[in-house]
Amino acid sequence: MSSQDIPEKNLPTAQDEHGAAVAVADEENPFADPGLPPHEHRIQDIDERAAKRSERTVALLFTTSMLATIGFIASYVTIPIDQNIFVWPIGHISALNFALGMTLGVALFAIGAGAVHWARTLMSDEEIVDERHAIEATPEVKAKVIADFKQGAKESALGRRKLIRNTMFGALALFPLSGIVLLRDLGPLPGTKLRHTLWKPGKLLINQNTHEPMRPSDIAVGSLTFAQPEGLEEHDHDFQKEIAKAALMLVRIQPDNIKDKQTLEWSHEGILAYSKICTHVGCPISLYEQQTHHVLCPCHQSTFDLADGGKVIFGPAGHALPQLRIGVNDEGYLEALDDFEEPVGPAFWERG
Amino acid sequence: MSTTTTTDARGKAPAGERVADWADGRLGIYSLAKANLRKVFPDHPSFMLGEICLYSFIIIILTGVYLTLFFHPSMNEVEYTGSYVPLQGQLMSEAFNSTMHISFDVRGGLLIRQIHHWAALVFLAGMFVHMMRVFFTGAFRKPREINWVFGFLLFVLGMFTGFTGYSLPDDLLSGTGVRFMEGAVLSVPIVGTYLSFFLFGGEFPGGDFVARFFAVHVLLLPGIMLGLVVAHLILVFYHKHTQFAGPGRTNNNVVGMPLMPVYMAKAGGFFFLVFGVIAVIAALVQINPIWSLGPYRPDQVSTGAQPDWYMGFSEGLIRAMPGWEIDFAGHTLVLGVFIPLMIFPLVLVAIAVYPFIESWVTGDKREHHILDRPRNAPTRTAVGVAWITWYCVMLIGGGNDLFATHFHLSINAVTWFVRIAFFVAPVIAFVVTKRICLGLQRRDRDKVLHGRESGIIKRLPHGEFIEIHEPLSQEQLHTLTAHEQYEPVEIGPKVDEHGVERKIPASEKLRAKLSKNYYGEGHQIPKPTVEEFKEITSGHGHH
Repeated sequence: MSSQDIPEKNLPTAQDEHGAAVAVADEENPFADPGLPPHEHRIQDIDERAAKRSERTVALLFTTSMLATIGFIASYVTIPIDQNIFVWPIGHISALNFALGMTLGVALFAIGAGAVHWARTLMSDEEIVDERHAIEATPEVKAKVIADFKQGAKESALGRRKLIRNTMFGALALFPLSGIVLLRDLGPLPGTKLRHTLWKPGKLLINQNTHEPMRPSDIAVGSLTFAQPEGLEEHDHDFQKEIAKAALMLVRIQPDNIKDKQTLEWSHEGILAYSKICTHVGCPISLYEQQTHHVLCPCHQSTFDLADGGKVIFGPAGHALPQLRIGVNDEGYLEALDDFEEPVGPAFWERG
Repeated sequence: MSTTTTTDARGKAPAGERVADWADGRLGIYSLAKANLRKVFPDHPSFMLGEICLYSFIIIILTGVYLTLFFHPSMNEVEYTGSYVPLQGQLMSEAFNSTMHISFDVRGGLLIRQIHHWAALVFLAGMFVHMMRVFFTGAFRKPREINWVFGFLLFVLGMFTGFTGYSLPDDLLSGTGVRFMEGAVLSVPIVGTYLSFFLFGGEFPGGDFVARFFAVHVLLLPGIMLGLVVAHLILVFYHKHTQFAGPGRTNNNVVGMPLMPVYMAKAGGFFFLVFGVIAVIAALVQINPIWSLGPYRPDQVSTGAQPDWYMGFSEGLIRAMPGWEIDFAGHTLVLGVFIPLMIFPLVLVAIAVYPFIESWVTGDKREHHILDRPRNAPTRTAVGVAWITWYCVMLIGGGNDLFATHFHLSINAVTWFVRIAFFVAPVIAFVVTKRICLGLQRRDRDKVLHGRESGIIKRLPHGEFIEIHEPLSQEQLHTLTAHEQYEPVEIGPKVDEHGVERKIPASEKLRAKLSKNYYGEGHQIPKPTVEEFKEITSGHGHH
């Protein structure tokens, strides 16, 4: 028995002679198909007054639709776009949106309800039977098609003239390469772009709220501050691209509570600067638990311990948050002492 | 004109017939209508699910065309000067700006936007439920396997059309979703970084993705989907619709109402019903309020970020996965992201290939037009419920933060629950569902053999109490016994025709094992035979 053959006896028709194939009811087989039950008339089929009522209902629904469409146009013309109304229990919503939506909804729904009611009450509900026909072609048709195909194949001489066949396949296989080559200019090559951010030695940390440089005294213990590199402005052409890598969060922890030696060394008086971009898939991290020094990504709940080198303590992130080495300059402002040592954000193949 | 049969007083055919004659001479419409005008469609409430999908697809196209008249698929930064006061003076992309314009300054623009988005949610939900209807009733069996695949492709393409669509306004929420996608693409070994740079025209977010997503969202994907929808419908017509077993309904006929007039009115009317309901929802229930989310900035985010529901299971995968990262010869293998990225298509393909697995196990090559009741295919039903359970576990994972906050649970506990349930829940669902199916089969068997429990208790002269069972009508008896039951396939002979011991291929052993688990003893309840029925009914009336 090959894996494709199943003996007939395993198929239901062979094992069960009382199946659906038996169409007539008889004494011998109480399970036989009794055939379609007789049609039962609806009230509309026998009572013309009921039919009239149905007709009026359908007409009423269609008329409702017409009125609703007029209402739609009237709402469009009369209701100002900035007007709000209170609709219980939803609250304050746009009056125009409410009026247009409701009138359009009613206009459409009434057409549908009318058509369905018409079909259900007034059109014939007598079931009719169609025969099905096998989809597979008859052996004669199949034989004819195969003969035709063979004839065509023979006349093309594709099988015989191998040179034509092989070069044709070669040409057809090669030409899509042009299309692939054309996609090359979709974007530049990555190079080392993902390894560098705007941070470099001496760059001041600018508070994202005040847009001013910060002194250590500006940052209280237990606070969370967001910062960006000096010189990056929201109007800049590449602001989005640069902030996507350079966004920084600053927290201040009592130096005694910092568990990791390098974390302490890279901080300034307990002020720690970490990349704000999650190392999982790049969401900005923003939920800070001041007591535990944990920070949680609101997207996928990766949790990092900022007192311990930004180590992952829960969730799907694969590596610690990169820390930025900071200090203060001669004027007492916080500054970066270097770029991030490793790429920020999600991991990638070349990250190493 | 020679075929004209009806003529009016002046000997000319009515205008409608003359137009039809004209068209017939060029398009052959009479031959086309001959088979289709009175085509019979069976009736069942669950058959409306596919219609809902078709109609919401049409609604999406109509409203989508309107939205393109106002939407600017550009990421150039502009300052907002529209009528929504809280955002005035904000920098935002033109995409966001024009979506604000549609929502606040185009009369009816907000309504159309909301209809478009709501219809998309209904479309995907409709396809999901329709697919499950087809699955649980076995409507995917020969000759409909290809249509199953078309439908599956529509579901998958619908997901991506939805994703590229809700990313277009370039708001804070959707931008976060696109960033997630960038992270996922970056995780692909060797080529990930290159793919990401080509996709975004450089570093994320760049200035290109809205325009590129726009082309994909309004042209590429809907174009393919429109073709698939047409093919799907042509095949529905060609195969003729399936029907449930019942008196007069056989595998060789189709019983129901004709297309003209009943289904033209019912189905045509249903389009308006669906459109009307979605319009009312769009009037009452706000969806994707981009003005309260604000324009996208890669360094900002809000809590409770969720994709649209149909992407939720992929979100669950990425949230539940442990953060595995491996150093591989100086390169980083980001398994914590890449594995979910690979499971994502596997989840979908798992359900898509099922019809082919089942047909291999049964070896049945006949056409099937009578639908199964889910209980009568216990293993298939159990597989389907296990898959849905799997999918729902992932959905829960995708909303683990919401489950944590709403039910006051620890986010870690919810995540661990999802990690374990991902493996365990489908197995439990499989076992439980199969038990329930077998129980229902037993009940059907009892009903056939002993009749319906009437609830009337009778006391016999000698004091015994019995419950009267009413015998079923022949219609009911037929309906409850019309389903087919397979017998398990056995491994072929151990020796070949020469008496030499043959090597039994592993596939054959596997199939025999699967077949036993589908149709073996204890895996389906044998339906009552005529002999059993006669023995019981010819006896002493009851029991």
